[in-house]
Amino acid sequence: MSVAKLRVFRGDAQGGEEKEYEVPVDEGMVVLDALFYIQANYDGDLAIRWNCKAAKCGSCSTEINGKPSLACKTRMDTFAEGETITVYPIKAFPVIKDLVTDVSWNYEVSKKIPPFTPAEDTEWIMYQEDVERGQEFRKCIECFMCQNVCHILRDHNRKDAFAGPRFMIKIAEREMHPLDVLDRREFAREEAGVGFCNITKCCTEVCPEDIHITDNGIIPLKERVVDKYYDPLAWLLRKVKGK
Amino acid sequence: MEKYETHTHDVIVIGAGGAGLRAAIESSAQGASTALVCKSLLGKAHTVMAEGGVAAALANVDTKDNWETHFKDTMKGGKMLNNWQMALYHAQEAPERVRELEYWGALFDRTKEGRINQRAFGGHTWKRLAHVGDRTGLEMIRTLQEKGIHSGIDVYMECTITHLIKDGDRVTGAFGYWRESGKFVLFRANAIILATGGVGKAYKYTSNSWEYTGDGHSMAYEAGAELIDMEFIQFHPTGMVWPPSVRGILVTEAVRGEGGILTNSEGERFMEKYDPERMELSTRDVVARSIYTEVEQGRGSPHGGAFLDVSHRGADYVKRKLPSMYHQFMEFADIDITKGPMEVFPTTHYVMGGVKVEGDTCSSTVPGLFAAGEVAGGMHGANRLGGNSLSDLLVFGKRAGEGAAVYANGKSHAQVPAELVEGFANELREPFNNTQGENPYTIHQDLQDVMQLYIGVFRTEENIQTGIDKIEVLKERAETLKIEGSVMFNPGWHLCRDLKSMLIVSEALARCALARKESRGAHSRVDYPESDDEVLGKLNSIVSFKDGAMDVATRPIVEMPDELSKLFTEDK
Repeated sequence: MSVAKLRVFRGDAQGGEEKEYEVPVDEGMVVLDALFYIQANYDGDLAIRWNCKAAKCGSCSTEINGKPSLACKTRMDTFAEGETITVYPIKAFPVIKDLVTDVSWNYEVSKKIPPFTPAEDTEWIMYQEDVERGQEFRKCIECFMCQNVCHILRDHNRKDAFAGPRFMIKIAEREMHPLDVLDRREFAREEAGVGFCNITKCCTEVCPEDIHITDNGIIPLKERVVDKYYDPLAWLLRKVKGK
Repeated sequence: MEKYETHTHDVIVIGAGGAGLRAAIESSAQGASTALVCKSLLGKAHTVMAEGGVAAALANVDTKDNWETHFKDTMKGGKMLNNWQMALYHAQEAPERVRELEYWGALFDRTKEGRINQRAFGGHTWKRLAHVGDRTGLEMIRTLQEKGIHSGIDVYMECTITHLIKDGDRVTGAFGYWRESGKFVLFRANAIILATGGVGKAYKYTSNSWEYTGDGHSMAYEAGAELIDMEFIQFHPTGMVWPPSVRGILVTEAVRGEGGILTNSEGERFMEKYDPERMELSTRDVVARSIYTEVEQGRGSPHGGAFLDVSHRGADYVKRKLPSMYHQFMEFADIDITKGPMEVFPTTHYVMGGVKVEGDTCSSTVPGLFAAGEVAGGMHGANRLGGNSLSDLLVFGKRAGEGAAVYANGKSHAQVPAELVEGFANELREPFNNTQGENPYTIHQDLQDVMQLYIGVFRTEENIQTGIDKIEVLKERAETLKIEGSVMFNPGWHLCRDLKSMLIVSEALARCALARKESRGAHSRVDYPESDDEVLGKLNSIVSFKDGAMDVATRPIVEMPDELSKLFTEDK
């Protein structure tokens, strides 16, 4: 059994520093196991969020060797023998303690998105090929790693103007629901700031559920918004109707 | 004492998995001021891990299905120990509760005709499980979460409830702490719904998340409520075996529902010996025992499990129907399940036992205290059928929400004595003040070893008694715990209270297992291998807190009315 060196961020909103730990490595072990070992044997108060340890809940998002990752899904055997492994909290959200960050902003944004709205006399027939687009987005486990790597949120901290990739696909999912009748295009443009996304696809790359956030979610959403606001016919109609 | 917040609501729901969310939605719809308090962030509860589907006699695929058949399957799966009233409501109401999710935005997999598709599962006569690939639980919790946040519910996330408060007989509030700050919080309420899930974290190998520490079971017990049938804990037949880090993680029953075949090291399809009729789709208790027996008798896979193979269905089909399983094995075990078999072994999955409730409103034996979902007992009897848990939490989440709101209506809030709150606070802070004491992590690991070894798939009097003796020692050791660090987000401190809950439920499990001298459903006694239908099969186990100690008694089951029992004799 080999021994791995981990350097883990310990601290809070006021600041902190790396602390080094040595952890024995067993076959198939993941970084979250190493953090459990630290809790049980060195520092019982090391703070990390986790729930399922099976990559289904999206709680244990961290930055491992600088790369946003689920700690439960990052195997220790992906690192070279003797390589020091750093574990940091996700950067786009304020640190509470150690690896735990304040992600409450996401829940506020989520609440603002107009919910699924069917017609009153809906007949509940939907076909598989029509629900699959929405199903892709509903695989989201809300790990918020796409929010974490999005330049608009991470580097420019424009949480005031842009809802982030997670909520772009939530809006897209509603818009693409075969039985939804609400128009969220104005919301997508005005409130959620879909125009801020410059399609660098960092969110898609980091998604642990392999959701094609940009290609299947954001770009079609942008197109819908463009159709509404920049379609010359629609523009003319709005002028005529005074809307 | 230190300052703490106070919040006042008509109804408080503790736990935000499927049952808690459904209860809060209903309570709020009834006009009650409703709080939803949960240990994790919203949407992370254990429901998220449910995979295979939600059982409801929609009859979209097999048109002969109806509530009578679902009721019968459930009672037979539970070895007739179920609370028939609950099993009846469950079978009758599940279809509407599932359709309701669709009205709220859920996107279930479809039939060719555009209706909700249904798949086969163990113990269900017909194809009955509505599903979304193998991530049905995620779909359900997102749908309920979405409905919930637009329902005027106050959500208190990352807040752990540690004590229930009573005024005389009646529950009047709950006390706990914020995980983030470590500060205390008091909730005053006229009704409380426990929706805290199960107890699997008392075991070493489990499919359950960290939250499954039996909080609701133990708080109800401490508040004087009765627990029922605690000896029945389900070992899901198929958990991952290798590598060690992922041992116990669930391999959905949908693998077998989609045609997966179990074999031993000799290539023998061994279910032919144990249940030739239903084979791999026998009930979970039978399949778990079969795999266990094969391994015990030396016919196990290299890492001590059975082989489960679905690759004959073709790579495209497997990836479409079982995407999470495909990724799970690829990423954690370097195994491509579209090309070859998985190795599986039973894993602690679900507790059938729980807070004794009556089916109408889910009220416990303590006025003002309700329970729904896994924390409640009775619905599943001695063994739960796959898919019946997700339907249970919808049906009884709604009933509990309505029951609690109606009960709370018009009642005035009781004053909570300051010295009571101070006592709770001192008790919780103790591990910080102790200069000497045990590490809670160490005791937790020791408890998991004890439960795994002595209160497992197969039980004997000697084993169980050893387990009880060891639990008694652990209880003493857990009297004095010591932890490091501050009150801010301190998992070691959080574990101190969780550990106390796990010790209570472990003791209840072990004592009930010792008392039931027969084999029934998930409770397999090597020394009493037969079922005693005439006497013990007509008795529920009842756990209660009496004179400072745990009391285990029996009580006759409530007999079902003739028109229902006729359903079973017609079969013969």
